[in-house]
Amino acid sequence: MSARFDERDIGKRVEAIAKGGDGVEPEQILEVVKSVMASIDGDLSTVNLKFYAEIESLAKFIENLKLELAAVRPDEINDEHLPAAADELEAIVGATEQATNTIFEAVEAIEELTAKMNKKVAPQVSDAVTRVYEACGFQDITGQRITKVVTALKHIETKVEALLEAFGEEIRQLPGQERPDNPEPPDGSEMHGPQLERDANNQDDIDAILASLD
Amino acid sequence: MSAIDMKTPILIVDDYKTMLRIIRNLLKQLGFDNVDEATDGSTALQKLREKAYGLVISDWNMEPMTGLELLKEVRADTQLKELPFIMITAESKSENVVAAKQAGVSNYIVKPFNADTLKTKLTAVVGDF
Repeated sequence: MSARFDERDIGKRVEAIAKGGDGVEPEQILEVVKSVMASIDGDLSTVNLKFYAEIESLAKFIENLKLELAAVRPDEINDEHLPAAADELEAIVGATEQATNTIFEAVEAIEELTAKMNKKVAPQVSDAVTRVYEACGFQDITGQRITKVVTALKHIETKVEALLEAFGEEIRQLPGQERPDNPEPPDGSEMHGPQLERDANNQDDIDAILASLD
Repeated sequence: MSAIDMKTPILIVDDYKTMLRIIRNLLKQLGFDNVDEATDGSTALQKLREKAYGLVISDWNMEPMTGLELLKEVRADTQLKELPFIMITAESKSENVVAAKQAGVSNYIVKPFNADTLKTKLTAVVGDF
């Protein structure tokens, strides 16, 4: 738009010189101006070239982005990390529920015993039992919060899946970071925290391992 | 306000068994022994149509029928519409409370709650017991 405006403006100037030029041959000026116009045309082509260069730069950026995405291994995120995180969270809910039930059984047994306690102690024990019941509500609240986190993880999983679909198989085939067979935790320690029940060794397993090492 | 006694059947509804156990135990401490349980709205509705309960204490966030949907079903049922209905829920946003009130909830308890709150709300809904 601005190039056209400039072109019209120069055209008008050229016409003015052509009409009223003094001391200079209008034809000469016209020729000069025409050559200037031609050079402007040349500049416009340069603009086009710059535009193409920008597109090329953008293409390189996208290519680099693909490489970086491949390095992050979004397929691993969806196939391993997110499901593992969801499993851990569900294990938390399961473990707290189990612990809460154990607390309930113990406290209900104590409450039964209040009938055999003297009249001074029984109400105090009963009040303490009530506070334990109230506190056990944490399991319901944490369970609901964890459910929300799991929902958020599933949302992220959907978005990553959409990303993978957008780039197609291309991103899966790009060379990502090499992954060791048994990756160590980020801090480099040997600790992996509590294991999921299905993966964990129970005490008998541990004893068997220890015995096998004797 | 509809008075109830210690033998009046009460239905408690929650999808978390821990919460059912908490409410049942707290009600027991208050003297209410006749307590039934349901883990979702539709099961609760079925129980309400099969037996005469004096009070419903329900969670909100359940599937396949939520506590709010259960409340609306209860209020739309000519046999159940006067039934005292207390909502106990972690949904504490104003719009939730307003929605429950508009649907006809008798009272609203936000989780986590304590025994005193439960007793106060029960008294407000069904009178002294």
